[in-house]
Amino acid sequence: MNTTAVRYHVVHETSYSYESPVSLSRQHLHLTPRDCPWQSSFAHQIRIDPEPSFTRLRCDPFGNPVRQFAIEAPHSRLIVHAESTIEVRAHWPVGGLAGSLENSLANSPPWEKVRDGLAYGATPVLLDVNCFLFESPYVRVKHEFSAYASPCFTPSRPLLEAVQALMNRIYDEFEFDPEATTVATPVLKILEEKRGVCQDFAHLMLSCLRSLGLSARYVSGYLLTKPPPGQARLVGADASHAWISVYCPSEVGGLWVDFDPTNNLLPDTQHITLAWGRDFGDVSPLRGVILGGDEHELDVAVTVTPFENEAVANPGQ
Amino acid sequence: MPRTLLSIYPKKTDRFDEMLAEGGAVRQSWQAFFDHLVAATPEQMRHRLDYVRRRIQENGVTYNVYADPKGTDRPWELDPLPLILSAGEWQEISSAITQRARLLNAVLGDLYGEQTLLRDGTLPSALVYGHNNFLWPCQGVKPPGDIWLHLYAADLARSPDGRWWVIGDRTQSPSGAGYALENRIIVSRVFPEQFRDLGVQHLATFFSNLRNSLAHWAPHNGKGGREGARDTPLIVLLTPGPYNETYFEHAYLARYLGFPLVEGQDLTVRGECVYLKTLSGLSRVHTILRRLDDDYCDPLEFRGDSALGVPGLLQAVRAGKVLVANALGSGLLESAALPGFLPGACQKLLGETLAMPSVGTWWCGEPTALEFTIENIDKLVIKGSFPSQRMDPVFGNQLNAAQREDMINRLRSRPLAYVAQELVNFSQAPVWSTMHDRRLLPRGVGLRVYVAATPEGYVVMPGGLTRVSSAANARLIAMQRGGSSKDTWVLTEEAVSTFSLLKNSIGINDLVRSGSNLSSRVVENLYWFGRYTERCDDEARLLRVGLSRLLDTSADAMPALVSTFDLCRSLKLLPVADEDDVDEDDVVEAGTLVDLAVDSKTEHTSTVEGASDPAIDSTVDRLELETQMLAAICDKEVDDALAGNIRRLLWVGAQVRERFSVDNWHALNRMQHQLQRYSEVQPDISDALAFLDQVLLTSSSLAGFAMDNMTRDDGWRFLIIGRRIERLIFLSNAISQFLRLPSTRAAGSIECLLELTDSIITYRSRYMTQPELLPTLDLVVFNETNPHGVCFQLQDLMQYLDGLASELGDSNDDSLRMAFVRLQSFALGRFEGLDFSHCRNCNPCLDLADLLGDVSFAAATLSDRLAMRYFTHVGDVGRQTLAA
Repeated sequence: MNTTAVRYHVVHETSYSYESPVSLSRQHLHLTPRDCPWQSSFAHQIRIDPEPSFTRLRCDPFGNPVRQFAIEAPHSRLIVHAESTIEVRAHWPVGGLAGSLENSLANSPPWEKVRDGLAYGATPVLLDVNCFLFESPYVRVKHEFSAYASPCFTPSRPLLEAVQALMNRIYDEFEFDPEATTVATPVLKILEEKRGVCQDFAHLMLSCLRSLGLSARYVSGYLLTKPPPGQARLVGADASHAWISVYCPSEVGGLWVDFDPTNNLLPDTQHITLAWGRDFGDVSPLRGVILGGDEHELDVAVTVTPFENEAVANPGQ
Repeated sequence: MPRTLLSIYPKKTDRFDEMLAEGGAVRQSWQAFFDHLVAATPEQMRHRLDYVRRRIQENGVTYNVYADPKGTDRPWELDPLPLILSAGEWQEISSAITQRARLLNAVLGDLYGEQTLLRDGTLPSALVYGHNNFLWPCQGVKPPGDIWLHLYAADLARSPDGRWWVIGDRTQSPSGAGYALENRIIVSRVFPEQFRDLGVQHLATFFSNLRNSLAHWAPHNGKGGREGARDTPLIVLLTPGPYNETYFEHAYLARYLGFPLVEGQDLTVRGECVYLKTLSGLSRVHTILRRLDDDYCDPLEFRGDSALGVPGLLQAVRAGKVLVANALGSGLLESAALPGFLPGACQKLLGETLAMPSVGTWWCGEPTALEFTIENIDKLVIKGSFPSQRMDPVFGNQLNAAQREDMINRLRSRPLAYVAQELVNFSQAPVWSTMHDRRLLPRGVGLRVYVAATPEGYVVMPGGLTRVSSAANARLIAMQRGGSSKDTWVLTEEAVSTFSLLKNSIGINDLVRSGSNLSSRVVENLYWFGRYTERCDDEARLLRVGLSRLLDTSADAMPALVSTFDLCRSLKLLPVADEDDVDEDDVVEAGTLVDLAVDSKTEHTSTVEGASDPAIDSTVDRLELETQMLAAICDKEVDDALAGNIRRLLWVGAQVRERFSVDNWHALNRMQHQLQRYSEVQPDISDALAFLDQVLLTSSSLAGFAMDNMTRDDGWRFLIIGRRIERLIFLSNAISQFLRLPSTRAAGSIECLLELTDSIITYRSRYMTQPELLPTLDLVVFNETNPHGVCFQLQDLMQYLDGLASELGDSNDDSLRMAFVRLQSFALGRFEGLDFSHCRNCNPCLDLADLLGDVSFAAATLSDRLAMRYFTHVGDVGRQTLAA
């Protein structure tokens, strides 16, 4: 059991420069880390340049903080600078499931039982679980996905073990390739071409799980930029990262267990959670509509540094 | 004789018959109307059918795209015979449908709020969370007065036992109420006595209720009441635009209700308020009656690919700064699976029993329903659970073994996406046969009824849109599939309310004297409407002068023909001899709005040099000329042909049709039909002349409507400015060319110029001589009382521009004024004693031609400047949705 906690300093800077002036810009930011049982935010601020004429902070329907703003004067560049200090506490082996990681996965309930407990007619009805059961703009429910996942989901196999096997399969068979896809690439095409980025692998894995009747959500967050000495740098560390979380009932109540198909591991203290939703569309860090601008250049820089006086959790130990 | 009317109408049927009771007797509510049909003469009925057809055509009632230059319109189909419903019967429908409206409104409130229906299993969460139209960002947003559905429609059908069933709910932005209104206006004029004597309930109160409700729930601007002295909220009707299949209705309703018709680009959100972009700046919008699907309404929070919506709209709704009707998110209830769960929801939310059942519906997401569906597939119709599936209904009894197997596999692999419904046998009603004289035919009918929210509760429109299937035994009624429609007459035993929406109790403070809420887009379109009307008029006139000279085969007519021909070429209405130059120009100009004047500045010299000597051209090939003239009227290859400009005129007119009177629509529709007919024949000169006459007649009606029938708001002013600018450019170019071209020195040419400027009658009444140059120039250039003269246009334009300058703070541009002053100071006396028939490049001619060229150039510059100042925020600036 790992009980360490890590404190991070995260800087996420997004800058747009536009070919011609933008006269009106409205943006939604999912850049404020949400608090969860294993994670607390100590300091957080967002600086926007130019100064917005309107800002508003609210919570989206999935409980994530959203910063909204509008700039109503002409501008030819936009810089959004988000800075946070966050503590992440170790949270696996998965709370409530006893034993080592392997044991706790093996002790999870059979996947069919989880599926049947979520079907219409089963009680109790868990709305915050049900809302991650169905198709969403980037996630499809199709026979192709359940077929791809089915070798991992053998009869009566414990849910989390099966999900881990699926993650394994995706990691082995898919290639990380930033050139292969865009935000608009359909998830079916990703299944066919077997390449993409963390977002694509998350959408693919979500499609597989939801096509089996399981509930799973998309998690947006960060990874440590520079790994501890002796460890390889994780993929996706220089930008915002994405992974998934699957719902698993247990004796102590419902659990959400994270899986990172891009790195083939169960996230712990190296992953910082920003927000979750049905898919990327619900939680894209910056989403906006601009008037004018023509062509633009986009530059995103993410830096995650651990505070030096804190111990660093080391997965695999 | 009843026997004739009913000779091919079945007495016995397995359906309910709306008119005939069992045994074949006419129902009481139909008796008086039926007796009238029996008594009516065949001529009378033919006239009535003709009247309906003509009205539909003239009003341009279409279900498709109106005046799309490429597409074809499909006229709305209307059977003259109404569907008649007795007072008692209506009472039942009415109370059942208001209950349903209350229920659906409460369901929306629950699903976007507490979701108790999901929590306790009354509704499966798949039907909400799995539905594309459950708009997550709307979760927790409460509309004013807890009203989600301001206008709701239910599709009803009657089963053989005479009971009504609900077969569909329209909660997003129900269409058809405008068509119902149009049907009523036509049919009540076809059967005016019957309409009055039977005690048919009127529809106007319903629409005024809707309008009052939209004002009632509109937000206020805070303590001080709404902006400005008036307490009248600004209500707009948001349309996806002229390419929508029901755009006719949007324009029609907007005009009827008195709401500006706007597109997404006309609106903008600043801070948390919605504004309409108008000529005089931003105007706060309080209510949006939308005909745009909710998921397209805000690209920031819903579909990012929507180019039709208003970014930030949902935030304005959240902040309570704007009322959107129906509420964003209400499309959720348009699900084929929902009706099966409504009886439970009705008990749960209202504590009532659902009064009118939905047609039997089984959602396959329930294992027992899935098995039932598979067992009984032959008797059922399978539909997609969600509208986004865009699945055509599958009739189980029409499947062969393989298809059946395939369908069952689809059901099993994704049960929650499918719904099974009982097959409905629609009731039948008589329609008037267009094939036989005096025969009634049976057709399946369905009824769409409309409900509006009011502060006192839901009210039903006493009437509705009766939809008629295309065949007697059809299983489906859809306007897209060639169905027809009927007016619906709801009888009452009480006094009929003759309230009309045109009369209303408006106090002195409500008086609106100017249309300050014109959007810039509307103004831009009106401006171009003015320019195209005039352009068509000018071109038609010039071509008519040329073609009529072609008809005269005498040798005397030849010189005038040649000079007209030269004029046409120099104004680029006919191809110029030097093909290479022209090609290059055409490539540049293709697809843009070509300004004659802009080109004329540079083209003058070349065309003059290129203009042929009259001696050579007098041998011109008449046949070749005729071909070119005809091509200039209507030729698909010639973009600038008259027909092309008429199409542009129709298109621009279609963008702003809610601004025009009905008569104006008629004129435009007539023009479209004339063009349609003309382009279908191989015309000779006399066909062409007849067509040009029609065009000129229509354009003069349009001019008359503009002067007589339109209110003098800024939109009107821009329309007239457009007309004046276009005519000014045409006249000054034409006269300038006339003075330069050598061929115009020939006999009869001056007469052509007078004809071209529609000034020949004035000339003859003033001077009893053969046309001479000096008095002609005085008339067509300098005389400020001649509406076809250059100075008249200038004088008039100056007045409107001064008005703009003072009201909208426009800085006046002086180049046109300077040109005007120079023109006025031109000494016309220089032409005295000049022998025009022999002058060549003489100074007076060239000087005046130059001055006119300057006028034309200044007018074109003015046009560009107006566009920059008033129109630009509509057009070219692109909107993008970006995520990072």
